[in-house]
Amino acid sequence: MDAMQVKFLAMGIINGFAVGAIYALLALGFVVIFKATDIFNFAQGEIMMFGAYMAMLMSNALVGKLGIVAAFTLAFLISSFTTALLASICEMTVVRPMLGKPVLSIIMITLGLAFVLRGGVEFIWGPEELPFYKPFRDAPLLVQGVPIAEVRLYTIVTSLILMGVFFLFFKYSNKGLGMRATAEDQETAFLMGINVKRIFTMSWAIAGIVGAVGGIFLGSTVGNLVPYLSHMGLRALPAVILGGMNSITGAIIGGLILGVCENLAGTYIAPHIGGGDIKEITSYVIVLVVMMIRPHGLFGTKEIERV
Amino acid sequence: MLKINNIEVVYSDVILVLRGLSLQVPNGQIVAFLGSNGAGKSTTLKAVSGILRYQDGEIEEGSIEFDGEMIHQLDPFEVVKKGITMVPEGRRIFREMTVEENIKVGAYARDDSAGVQKDMKMVMGFFSVLQERRGQIAGYLSGGEQQMLATARALMSRPRLMMLDEPSLGLGPLVVQDIFGIIRRVNQEEKVSILLVEQNANIALANSQYGYIMENGKIVMDGPSEKLKENEDVKEFYLGLTEEAKKKRFSEVKHYKRRKRWLS
Repeated sequence: MDAMQVKFLAMGIINGFAVGAIYALLALGFVVIFKATDIFNFAQGEIMMFGAYMAMLMSNALVGKLGIVAAFTLAFLISSFTTALLASICEMTVVRPMLGKPVLSIIMITLGLAFVLRGGVEFIWGPEELPFYKPFRDAPLLVQGVPIAEVRLYTIVTSLILMGVFFLFFKYSNKGLGMRATAEDQETAFLMGINVKRIFTMSWAIAGIVGAVGGIFLGSTVGNLVPYLSHMGLRALPAVILGGMNSITGAIIGGLILGVCENLAGTYIAPHIGGGDIKEITSYVIVLVVMMIRPHGLFGTKEIERV
Repeated sequence: MLKINNIEVVYSDVILVLRGLSLQVPNGQIVAFLGSNGAGKSTTLKAVSGILRYQDGEIEEGSIEFDGEMIHQLDPFEVVKKGITMVPEGRRIFREMTVEENIKVGAYARDDSAGVQKDMKMVMGFFSVLQERRGQIAGYLSGGEQQMLATARALMSRPRLMMLDEPSLGLGPLVVQDIFGIIRRVNQEEKVSILLVEQNANIALANSQYGYIMENGKIVMDGPSEKLKENEDVKEFYLGLTEEAKKKRFSEVKHYKRRKRWLS
């Protein structure tokens, strides 16, 4: 392999990492809710889309007064906050009344929620493409001679920081401990004085934050917004399954692996089979193979059994 | 003091489980609560802890009072704040967390971190095994250690009343002795009142001051533990001490052997 090819490979991996980071954030949103509440939230992609639109609204409104960097940063924070708020409100109004009902009906309700959110966004902003102003330059940066788009680097760095923050939160904070306890055994968590209902709302809020961040970077990468952005939520689904439904580490690593594999398949395999959308199916092929060997996913576990 | 006044509990709107049950736990005492399987002992504890409504159960009549406050309409986490903590049946420790994290979860509702640190030391003093296994994953502890962990966890919320649901379940006699020793120490040294649900009537009556016996959702007998131990009916039904019982069992054994031969 000559130096050129190595650089090409490195570029493929880093770009894949950036896509993977977005998958990982979305997968994290799925897993946090699933772990705490046993509900699979089909509206995660729509929550992400709402975050992206919210950021667009704020940054477009503020860009004239503050300049693009400040406007984008502020929009980023406001969007994370409002999306967390929206997700919490969804939980309190739509999911909470269903507590104690069969899990399947609750999952169907999240599917309904997904349609309502997508409809709402289309109603407010319309179905056509909207430009997304962002502070990232189009000219690629050279990292060790490898050209990388600026937005990709920011995606990777921000996602890693956010994941690190959540890791510390779950490991060391009292609230994080409460969330893990609830994830393991709701009834006992209740008996230990944990307000389980508040934990549910909190898990949706966290899903809202990671969704918004994922959505903002996805929008920045693509450069414009359409309501169909929410389909990315389903693209992240294989990451969840690959990592294991109940593992946060799994969601993150699953997302990164799939992002890289997809991108590499796109650059190396696609030309040999006459183009085609090999990217779209790579994840599913990988998931299929892994499922045969590890049915609970890479990091998913059954309960610990005492030997 | 915990006062349960004449409560009726219904599951799924139709199944009447408790039919007018009354019970009292005076401050500083250990009260034993006996009865056969399905009598409604666990349901009573769930009614007090507030978890009942999340399991499709409802208190239809009566009231539950703790130190003069009505608590039967509170959510479980509010009941814990009032000073009542339950050690659920079958331990129910958080298996994927470490021993130390399990104990910390018990203190979740408290916001005095200095007090929590102090109680952590107190609890580790009671259960020296847990001190040794501090960083281990709780799922790999033995049954007895898990029961100790569940008790330690409950103590961390600084309860004034602790309800234990069958602490001897599935444990060997020596471990059961250990655990009841600790329960008595907790009661005396930390001034925690204890409501003790047990199948093992012998050890429960030996370690308590007062006892209630329950059948079919009602209290059928109560009195000081010393007296209950001497009662002929209690001896026959719960302690298995009468001579007649011996005869009965013997004939059953013979019958079983004979039938087995015919069949094989």
